[in-house]
Amino acid sequence: MTAILEAQNLVKHYGDVQAVKGLSFHIAEGEIFSLLGPNGAGKSTTIAMLSTLYAPTGGDARIAGYSITRQPMQVRAVIGVVPQDLALYEDLTARENLNFWGQMYGLSGQALRRRIAEVLDQIGLADKANKPVKTFSGGMKRRVNIGVGLLHRPRLLFMDEPTVGIDPQSRRAILDMVKDLNRQGMSVLYTTHYMEEAAELSHRVGIIDHGRMIALGTQPELTRQVGQGETLRLHVAEDGDAEKLAQALRGAPDIKQASAADHTVVLNVPRAEEALAPAVARANAIGVKIRSVDIQEPNLEAVFLHLTGRALRD
Amino acid sequence: MRKILLIGLKDVTLAFRDRAALVLMLAAPLVLTVGLGLVTGRFAVGGSAGSAISDIPVVVVDQDGGRLGQALVDALTSAELDDLLDPATSADPAAARRQVDDDQAAAAVIIPAGFTDSVIPRQGAGPDGGSVQIELYANPTRPTSAGVVQAIVDEFLSRVEVGRVGGQVAVTQLLTHGLISPQEAEAAGRELGQRQADAGEAVITLRRTTGAAEPPPAFDVLAYIAPGMALMFLMYTTANGGRALLAERAQGTLPRLLVSPTSTTQVLGGKVFGIFLTGVAQMTILIGASTLLFNLRWGDPLGVAALVLAAVAGATGWGLLITAIARSPSQAASLGSAVMLTFGILGGSFISLNALPGWIRAVSRITPNAWGLDGFTTLALGGTLADVALPVGALLAMAALLFGVATVLFSRQGLAQR
Repeated sequence: MTAILEAQNLVKHYGDVQAVKGLSFHIAEGEIFSLLGPNGAGKSTTIAMLSTLYAPTGGDARIAGYSITRQPMQVRAVIGVVPQDLALYEDLTARENLNFWGQMYGLSGQALRRRIAEVLDQIGLADKANKPVKTFSGGMKRRVNIGVGLLHRPRLLFMDEPTVGIDPQSRRAILDMVKDLNRQGMSVLYTTHYMEEAAELSHRVGIIDHGRMIALGTQPELTRQVGQGETLRLHVAEDGDAEKLAQALRGAPDIKQASAADHTVVLNVPRAEEALAPAVARANAIGVKIRSVDIQEPNLEAVFLHLTGRALRD
Repeated sequence: MRKILLIGLKDVTLAFRDRAALVLMLAAPLVLTVGLGLVTGRFAVGGSAGSAISDIPVVVVDQDGGRLGQALVDALTSAELDDLLDPATSADPAAARRQVDDDQAAAAVIIPAGFTDSVIPRQGAGPDGGSVQIELYANPTRPTSAGVVQAIVDEFLSRVEVGRVGGQVAVTQLLTHGLISPQEAEAAGRELGQRQADAGEAVITLRRTTGAAEPPPAFDVLAYIAPGMALMFLMYTTANGGRALLAERAQGTLPRLLVSPTSTTQVLGGKVFGIFLTGVAQMTILIGASTLLFNLRWGDPLGVAALVLAAVAGATGWGLLITAIARSPSQAASLGSAVMLTFGILGGSFISLNALPGWIRAVSRITPNAWGLDGFTTLALGGTLADVALPVGALLAMAALLFGVATVLFSRQGLAQR
């Protein structure tokens, strides 16, 4: 399959800070590719470079055959960008926003009006098109934010954590929209720190941490890296010390890795059922109360834990 | 070019949908104009021409000694102009010019010897064929005050000229109809001329005689206050436009523009055009409103239009410089407010520059307010487009310089990031 994007050794420094350290990957035409990583991993910087907002300190990428460093205007014409933060004029209506941004992408006249109507239908806001964006809920604003990126039918859509801070219903709508767009032939580069989103959407996933691609492949390829292990999640009570429990379990027999985040201890174990009883006993012994327990088959979170020793939300 | 227009028009729409900004752009200058107009008695019953400009120091040198020369001296020292002018007489033109050079006077009016005779030839003396002109030696650092003196002298001369031509026509008519003999023509002409000179005091009252319904042409204090306020709040508009550029960066719409197929030049050009267009719209609305509400005459429409465009360009330059220096929208807002007030005071929006020391008048030339006020005052006093060439040129030069500096700063820092 033809590659719509080929990144070669992308590097970005902000002064002494190395945000991206030699990233190389490709996205096939018609593929949803997710960059999965915790906050600060370098996902947004990678999108900023690929969308030609920031010049890379080193390396290059070609999108639809155009170099991001030497042919930025051609690159911009074939990509759509949905930034992480809302980038809309809140005093303008949804229709006025779409109209303005459509014109910035070279659309005009009847074609623009028709496309605006299509996008409004697509994002489910046709009935609220003439209301100022500032009167919208967070989820509705997110949908307009996505709509702007779709107006000119880009070949490759960059979506930078588009579901951060919204209600589950809007999140579901956005994920369904991404799948729908992909079915229509659009390639998507999707960044997230939600493992579930990457798992649901992606044909392939790149796991990024501290500016480096630490794993890349399809989900089965990635989970095979963990071996046959499972993930055991111990949700501790509000007043419980998850980090203390993780410390206590590290090095215990049959526990490959242990990390703590948000009152949850995540364990990578060969067999969850066998590891559960000793883990609960250990928690009781050190006075940490366990509220509930989840057992998961090998997943992307386990891969991240396996590769970094930390949970994705650390 | 199309994208520059679209970005500019979008910014104008946003500016006029911001209620807080509308208050400062339109309501505040009109309210302050009314307030200062009330303080100066502009809206008092029967009062129409209080003056923010007062006690203009002027030196009068009468080397003529004739009736017309004396009539001009009397006019400049008359009780009617007592509040407006602070005249002093001198016998030495060089000393008078020195007073102007030393900034002790806004202008020197030098009436040369033979002025009266050039208009009304003495009995037995034929016309010498030469022209004798009154010299107005103006202080370049006080263009507004000098303009007021010039307007008074111009009015006097124009009435004298009207009288002289009228006399010639009258004598010709009398001769044509055989009512006087050719021998009596010289005496009749001289008599008419002397009557004209005798009527000098009435001329100097500056009453307009073209129509009873016309308002008096005396300087309307609002013609100083209204542009002063408009120019001060124009600085708010341009600084706020710059702040909006930084706000767009913070809220993500600027980066989004920069990843669309729109060049940095188009984005920056559109933003500048938006600030400029908003400023022009603001000034146009304020001029229209003050004309309708206060019956204020701004003067020659061409001159007003040119001055508005130049003043907005100059103010936009300052707005861009503030934007290029500030690190955040809040910093730009604070800096903009400080510049607006400083320029308002320094540029004469509150206090006539004549009341300020010479060094402040010199410093005031960095503000669009001072140049703009000079121009608008000149136009209100009857000046034309040609008369405001200097302030228009100065404002455009200011705009070019500031645009250049701001562009260099933007290109060093990058539009998308700092």
